[in-house]
Amino acid sequence: MKPFLDSVLQLHTQPAPYLVLAAFLLAVGLYGLVRRRTLVGMLISGELLFAAASLNFMAVNRFFAPDPAVGQIFVLFIMGLAAAEVAIALSIVIAIYRNYGSIKSRELNELKR
Amino acid sequence: MSSSVLLPLAEVTPLPGSTYIIPALFLLFVATTVAGALVAVASQRIIRSVCGLALCCLGIAGLYYFLNSPFLALMELLIYVGAVCVTIIFAVMLAEPEEPAPTAKRGFAWLAVGATAVVTGAIFWSLARLGVCGEWPALAVNQSSGSVETIGVQLLTTYSFAFEAISLVLFVAILGAIAIARTGRHNA
Repeated sequence: MKPFLDSVLQLHTQPAPYLVLAAFLLAVGLYGLVRRRTLVGMLISGELLFAAASLNFMAVNRFFAPDPAVGQIFVLFIMGLAAAEVAIALSIVIAIYRNYGSIKSRELNELKR
Repeated sequence: MSSSVLLPLAEVTPLPGSTYIIPALFLLFVATTVAGALVAVASQRIIRSVCGLALCCLGIAGLYYFLNSPFLALMELLIYVGAVCVTIIFAVMLAEPEEPAPTAKRGFAWLAVGATAVVTGAIFWSLARLGVCGEWPALAVNQSSGSVETIGVQLLTTYSFAFEAISLVLFVAILGAIAIARTGRHNA
């Protein structure tokens, strides 16, 4: 019991929990991207994928990179790209809703309507 | 001076249980992230899903703090919780994207759910195994502090091209968003 407790207490100084959590976020995001039936739901799952990539970059940057500023700059760029992606995707969603009256991905099977 | 009265730090005995506070905070942030991600994916109502995404980003901000980057923790809160989630909520209010009830039961519906779960579970298992058992290089000795000052200097010297490129990307994204969202108005 004692060594287990010690290992739990040292968990935040190890790279493994961060990497496992990033893998979990990636898997959950992929699952949602496949299973969601609306465009906004798929967009939210995509944000989870971005979060997984950012967390992975930060974990590797903190534990294995010699210069800790590089990973932070990279994650800043990822955040900027995610913000641009959300702006574009939501405007597309609203345009689709105006044209089709629905954003369920099952009903968007025609190019023009 | 009142500071001469204070004991040196080494002589003060730590408060009982104080060594558990930081690991407990870490576990709390991990649990927040996991729970938020599950809510974001599994919830039927889309507004709860957005709240799950906000919860997940809150946990990730805490994890960034544990990864020696309070600046990125602040940016995560500002950009994701403050901007991205609020923008998605605006889209939810404009487009009412309720998740449709599952259509008529078909034989392979559960097969599709199972296949997706198996594939994503395999991806999770292999990546987690790589993270735990992989041959990672030795822990690095950090050469710079990774402070906000270092980040700012490197952004404007080493990474100035990427900095300019992402400003261009954001500019084009804003213009494109306005253009796309405006043209639909005449068809309404």
